[in-house]
Amino acid sequence: MTTATVPERRQRSVPGPFAGVIEFLRLLSQRPSGLIGFIGIVFFLLLAFVVPIFVPAQEQGNTNEIYQTPSVQHFLGTDNSGRDVLNQIVQGGRDILTVAIVTAGITTLIAMTLGSLSAVIGGKVDALLVGLADILLTVPHLIILIVISALARPTSFLALALVLSALGWAGLMRQVRAQVLTLKERDYVEAARSLDLGIFHIVFREILPNMRSYIVIHFVQGMTGAIYAQVALIVLGLVPFSGKNWALMLYFANSQGAFYFRDAFWFVFSPILAIILLQLSLVLFVNALEDIFNPRLRSS
Amino acid sequence: MTTTPADAKLVAQQFPMSPRASRARNILGHWRHPVAQAIVKALVTVFVTVSITFFLIRLMPGNPIDIKIDELTKDGTLSYAEARAQAASLYSIDLEQPIPLQYLSFITHLARGDLGYSFVSQGTPVTSIVLAVLPWTLLTVGTGLLLSFTVGVFLGLFAAYHRNKPIDHILSIGGSVISSVPNYFIALLIILVFGLQLRLIPITQMRGAYSSGIQPGFTPEFVGDVLFHAALPITVFFLSTIGHWILGMKSATVNALEEDYVNAARARGLSDGRIMTAYVGRNAVLPLVTQLAITAAYAIGGSILIEQYFVYQGVGLRLQAAILQRDYPVMEGIFVIVTISVVLANLLADVLYTKLDPRIGRAGGASGR
Repeated sequence: MTTATVPERRQRSVPGPFAGVIEFLRLLSQRPSGLIGFIGIVFFLLLAFVVPIFVPAQEQGNTNEIYQTPSVQHFLGTDNSGRDVLNQIVQGGRDILTVAIVTAGITTLIAMTLGSLSAVIGGKVDALLVGLADILLTVPHLIILIVISALARPTSFLALALVLSALGWAGLMRQVRAQVLTLKERDYVEAARSLDLGIFHIVFREILPNMRSYIVIHFVQGMTGAIYAQVALIVLGLVPFSGKNWALMLYFANSQGAFYFRDAFWFVFSPILAIILLQLSLVLFVNALEDIFNPRLRSS
Repeated sequence: MTTTPADAKLVAQQFPMSPRASRARNILGHWRHPVAQAIVKALVTVFVTVSITFFLIRLMPGNPIDIKIDELTKDGTLSYAEARAQAASLYSIDLEQPIPLQYLSFITHLARGDLGYSFVSQGTPVTSIVLAVLPWTLLTVGTGLLLSFTVGVFLGLFAAYHRNKPIDHILSIGGSVISSVPNYFIALLIILVFGLQLRLIPITQMRGAYSSGIQPGFTPEFVGDVLFHAALPITVFFLSTIGHWILGMKSATVNALEEDYVNAARARGLSDGRIMTAYVGRNAVLPLVTQLAITAAYAIGGSILIEQYFVYQGVGLRLQAAILQRDYPVMEGIFVIVTISVVLANLLADVLYTKLDPRIGRAGGASGR
């Protein structure tokens, strides 16, 4: 039986770099919620980065059409100056996702580097970094972010992403460190060390490639954290951003008093729904990833 | 390695120690106790975060003290020196001193509970401002979290015992969905849907920490009124954290169910109820206890927007007001006191953990996490 199935499988598998991707999609398709999350993420990436190319932003509103409820012309109604809400939803995803992706990237980079260095070097460096991570894990992030933003007023996306990453690396760093501590004892790392290949070779060539699943999971989790924090900061008016994004729509809705205006329901609800659906897609996707990457859960 | 008292006596006879050295060793032994370590960790955390805020405030370009001095000298009634002295006294720092000495004086003031004076309501110590609003946030966050922890742990255990049945799917998917909604949006959705569209909740009546006409005190009317006003924030903290407990407890229980001691307990013929509570539940809940404090930090962070939406007089609303008024001493005071509260909550969770997990504490500092 087994000898008959093995060649069949080999035939079906696609050679080259896409083999892993196809295997991943196959595993994902077995988990409906994970697949929904994945489709959701693809949808939001397209909505935020591709659709705005074809749909021009509407700058001028029609003052005769303030706070309209949904209609055929205005699918999600209009805002306080008569602009189409759907148009703003289409335009408003790019900034949010950019900050989320950049933050997740920087966070993952910091956490991977510090976590592996901490585990490989050990000693005082390790104690110091773990202590710092513990402190960051304890302190309420949003409060620090609010105080820092009120003092420093980050004016660019990169500044905001840097502030968010400076606080966000601790959880992943501790997991990377724990993982590297176990990987460190494996034979191939021992071999690399006895060949005296240096810390950087050991960390970046031998250990990190074995942690791909951690990296992906934490990248997505980093995105959800970054979205949560940046939306809060923008809604509070602490990040003086201009342009269009979902959180800024809520900031204006709040400052115009639209939160308590009954007809403004769709103006306020649409960006909330967009952010919640984006977060939900990311969470469903990451839950499925944990399932796929954790063989103990996969087999059962 | 375990040493019995007899061994210790033997060692002591062979290698006599001076009384001072043995006392020092005794103290060191206490330091290794996990509770002592947790206390040291808590103190270091508070100290480091407070120090970082000090240097942020003092060393950043356009720091709040300079802004205050600018503000005071602008209308021309105060000279630069007078304005500087006033700003310094509001901050409880002597600006004439070099920065390290200023830092020392800031820390010693802080150790005495002196957080300076508000910029806006002059003459009011920051400590009294913060202490007036802190109880309300602690009440709502604490109640919401304890409720969600209890209910969530129970539901997670229930889902794990009914694995792959419809009720498990409903709880797991529901838990994922609710935990992916930012807590401040839950507050906003309650207002939008139940307050404005359906008009089921009198949101304007529920504003504030208690109704203005009622005399504070331990009367049934006052307690009932406080709960009426706290109901919405508590609901938000409950809903925003319950998904985390359901999912966490479910996966911890599923793991625990496969452990050998559970099979052994079954083989011994123990009742399912006893296995579920004393064997599976107790072990599965352990890692969740340590997450309580982290969740508290998340909840308190969100309270800034939540309290603003419900107009509830807690720390979050006060912080928002301080930001709008650029009242920096109040901002820092709130930051410091919230940090201390969260660190204390962490400490409590650590101590609780050592109590719940007999492996820690007896072994003298085995890292349980």
